[in-house]
Amino acid sequence: MTVNELSKLMGCTAYGDDEALNKNVDSLYIGDLLSWVMGHAEADQAWLTVQSHINIIAVALLKEVACVVIIEDAEIPQETLDKANEEHLAILSTPLTAYEFVTKFNTVKA
Amino acid sequence: MTLIDKYNVVADSFTTAGKISSKIKDILKQLGVPSDKLRKISVACYEAEINMIIHSDGGDISLFIDDENGMVYLHFDDVGPGIPDIEQAMVPGWSTASEKAREFGFGAGMGLVNIKRVSDNFDITSSSEGTHLKVGFQL
Repeated sequence: MTVNELSKLMGCTAYGDDEALNKNVDSLYIGDLLSWVMGHAEADQAWLTVQSHINIIAVALLKEVACVVIIEDAEIPQETLDKANEEHLAILSTPLTAYEFVTKFNTVKA
Repeated sequence: MTLIDKYNVVADSFTTAGKISSKIKDILKQLGVPSDKLRKISVACYEAEINMIIHSDGGDISLFIDDENGMVYLHFDDVGPGIPDIEQAMVPGWSTASEKAREFGFGAGMGLVNIKRVSDNFDITSSSEGTHLKVGFQL
């Protein structure tokens, strides 16, 4: 599915242009320690994290993840959104916890 | 071996971390390096860049290409306190990162481990004057 489809399916608030929202999502990845995510996330995954500072953008771009999903309504600094927009990377925001997100995803995707 | 470019890393520059790694990734992409290799090189470069930001007093990242042997090399040379015990630093999860670094999501203690895992050549030396890390990738 695309990032846009994931966002709609999960009721997220989406930030991103057409290029960002049309990227392909293969699976989900959860992690908050950037170095761990650098080592283990795969390209085309939607990355769920509570981290919303600007450093997540570099990690997301270098790993070529599909999008970043900021969970639990964590506040997203404007500089993070601006940088993501500049790099055509979608940021999704959800009130759900990572656990709730994945549970719901597995229920509704079928 | 040809030096393609050299970049300066500023200590404590947390908010621009990854900038140099992105630049190097762009250059290698333009040179036609395949995307799976590109991701590996990016992981190593980002981790080492972060290490320099967190732990050193600043330094340089140099990008080399060895056409004859089909290799990409990255050299990370910093000035700073160095790594007192490299063997300990290579243990997954071991970290001496500051509270400030941890607030930014760093300090998982996976940096050097990740770099070694993705690279084909890994050479590190360190003294109380600084650390020199050389990593190579077979294309």
